[in-house]
Amino acid sequence: MASNGIKDKVAIISIGCTPFREHWDKSRDDLVIDATKQTFKSVGLTSADVDAYWIGTAQSGMSGLTLSIPLRLTGKPVTRVENFCATGSEALRQACYAVASGAYDVAMAVGVEKVKDSGYQGLNAFPYPTAGTNRTLTAAAMYSLVLPAYAEKYGIEEDELRMVVAKIAEKNHFNGARNPLAQFRRETSAEQICEMAPVAGRLSIFDCAGVADGAAAAIVVPAEKAYDYTDKPLFVKALSFVSGNGAGLMDPSYDYTTFPECEMAANDAYLQAGVSDPRKEIALAEVHDCFTPTELVLMEDLGFSERGQGWKDVMSGDFALDGVLPVNTDGGLKSFGHPVGASGIRMHYECWLQLRGEAPPERSIPETGKKLGLVHNLGGYPGEMVSFVSIMGTEIS
Amino acid sequence: MRGILNCAGYIPFKRLERASIQEFMGRTVASGARSVASHDEDTATMGVEAARLVLNSWNGEDPQTIWFSSSNPPYMEKTNANVLHAALQLPKSTRAYDFGGAAKSGVGALQTAVSSKETVLLIQADTRTGLPSGEDEILGGDAAAALLIGDHDDGPLLAQYLGGASATEEFIDRWRSPYEKNSQQWEERFTTSRYLLLVESAWEEALENVGLDPDQIQSVVVSGSNVRVTNRIIKTLGVEKVLGDLTDSVGNVGAADACLRLTRAIESSKPGERLALVVASDGIEILIFEIADSYTQNPITIDTQIATRSEVNYQQFLQWKGMLPVQPPNRPSPARISASAALRESDWKHGFIASQGEQSNLIHMPPARVSASEKDDIDTMQPIAMANTNGHIVTFTIDRLVYSESPPVVFAVVDFVGGGRMPMEVTDADVESIHIGMEVVPTFRKIFTADGIHNYFWKVRPTRS
Repeated sequence: MASNGIKDKVAIISIGCTPFREHWDKSRDDLVIDATKQTFKSVGLTSADVDAYWIGTAQSGMSGLTLSIPLRLTGKPVTRVENFCATGSEALRQACYAVASGAYDVAMAVGVEKVKDSGYQGLNAFPYPTAGTNRTLTAAAMYSLVLPAYAEKYGIEEDELRMVVAKIAEKNHFNGARNPLAQFRRETSAEQICEMAPVAGRLSIFDCAGVADGAAAAIVVPAEKAYDYTDKPLFVKALSFVSGNGAGLMDPSYDYTTFPECEMAANDAYLQAGVSDPRKEIALAEVHDCFTPTELVLMEDLGFSERGQGWKDVMSGDFALDGVLPVNTDGGLKSFGHPVGASGIRMHYECWLQLRGEAPPERSIPETGKKLGLVHNLGGYPGEMVSFVSIMGTEIS
Repeated sequence: MRGILNCAGYIPFKRLERASIQEFMGRTVASGARSVASHDEDTATMGVEAARLVLNSWNGEDPQTIWFSSSNPPYMEKTNANVLHAALQLPKSTRAYDFGGAAKSGVGALQTAVSSKETVLLIQADTRTGLPSGEDEILGGDAAAALLIGDHDDGPLLAQYLGGASATEEFIDRWRSPYEKNSQQWEERFTTSRYLLLVESAWEEALENVGLDPDQIQSVVVSGSNVRVTNRIIKTLGVEKVLGDLTDSVGNVGAADACLRLTRAIESSKPGERLALVVASDGIEILIFEIADSYTQNPITIDTQIATRSEVNYQQFLQWKGMLPVQPPNRPSPARISASAALRESDWKHGFIASQGEQSNLIHMPPARVSASEKDDIDTMQPIAMANTNGHIVTFTIDRLVYSESPPVVFAVVDFVGGGRMPMEVTDADVESIHIGMEVVPTFRKIFTADGIHNYFWKVRPTRS
């Protein structure tokens, strides 16, 4: 793994996020305008003050026009990016690199998805012409393969492991219930989730991310100018990205208990940021809990738990709001909802709130003196995925 | 000498017990069971399965031509035999034609093949149904047969063709408009009387043509448009031994019925026996064969397939036959496949040809130009056929969300013997019986149909033993 990183070269000076909902009354453009308006306003900027834009959307628009038309931008470079469910993080990553390169002084990343206009359940497919030989399995079913594999590898009863991942949903619902922007704001017990009918393997609907419309936006400036805009900027310590080669699907040694792309991205990010013990050094992590088994495996891939110990740490409450390393304090994809293009920036929004001490008291993480937040955002499936990891900090080191 | 070089039948895994029709409809129906094509099978896919059994147990040259017969072909206008040609990975020089439409086209193709000079692979398949509780639904069946016809120079004959006779007459027996799903039938008493008249003279003519007396024919195989007519013909001919009957276990298989029964008869005949195939379908066709003294037959007989089965209930049967449309999952239905992409991927899509690293031996499914192993240089992969390679289930899941014509979908990660792994749909499996380690085998299936284009590809099914 070879990346130089841009540690402490750029900072986020403002982030905004719309509620994630079934926004029947809001268009994609409305969501983009709502998220950016809030982001501009909190630092007293206008769209003209931003030099370049990145708009991330998986399926709700093509080209930079998706942003430049609703915001009526004049003479600005706007790039539309897509990287599966890591689309929002990709937009932010590009904006950070643009500022770090010196090409621009102020860049904005916007993520948006308008999912609920399709009339179908779940996320939309990516419809491009094929020979018809591609796999048709749903994402839920692909991730459901993790449960029996993990149970067998570590000698756990499947029923017990099913309860472990339900506990992850329970935790994220608990956190989401304390988040006014979240799609699902009702607490749900692991026992209730276990009793629900399975939809994919052992997973029920409540093991899946919420499907929502929403948008989020962030403004990035050079680190040395950050305090011109805000007293409490977030400095970018690490940005890593790994796009898998798909070998997991054809490699008989791949056992569906780890996502190597995520482990590689995390290791790169820790190197960039100088983190040696993430479990001890990270104040909170926002991770891609698209399905409950995903969060379980991520605890190990991100180095928060030893291999084969993640399930025990989940049951011990290590990742709860008051745990040693709170994970998905805003409810995660599970409870906050998952407008694909917006989710990556939404995760940074939660780090922003928590690290700046601005999260609502009922879901504030305990004061520990830790200054780092981690965001993990993935797209794809076990065996073939893209993975993003960033680390943000409140101080230049 | 000309005759049958090899033959095989394919009986789908699913059966409908006729008692379940009786239970639902409240009227007495015939006993036994009928075979049922799975929701992902059609006459092309079943034909491929039968033809694979023939070609996999055949050591001679490839056929020069394949003829596909069905009264229910997946396509009109487009040649269905081309799909089979691709799935069987036959060379481009092998001709492929449809010889179909009428139920009689199956035996017609056989008559033509035995008098042709080429090595012909006959592939015949049918799916039969009718309105609920009707005779066609009860007594019809879904299955396929494949017969390799050629000269003794091509290889040892299973059964030598001795000769036969035909009698053609236009009268209305069974009919179906091209736009209708269900056939209709004239009163059997009238049609039976015509067939009986025709069979008497045809039988005499056939015996005369082959120079044999009736007592030199040891057994008879009778296929006809209804049970009454076949029973009466059996009585009229007076040959005691009747072979190949499938009424109680499979049903009448329309265009494939004659050749499927003939195949079963050959599988149960003794060396040196002579048997007559008599077909009553828009006229009479008679073909007389003599079983060779020694032959090796395809090991997967029709009887072994009849014995390995799983039941569908009547509701599922009606659903699969399009008689009971049900609410699909609220997911977008699939888009039609791309013709150009399908052509580029044809070896993979139709033939299940993967690629293997020249140095690493790593098998890539789907095939790739760039190896996942650093040992292999770009564009040095070799093709490797996987269609006849068994595998086992490494892990699996049940997907109740994905679009399917018959949810839920069983999906498994499959490791193939000798290498190669792929996550694949498991078909013909009872959800309760799926387990890690289960042995599976590739099978050619219809994945979905969109815009009238059928998307064929490979799934796996549990081995039938």
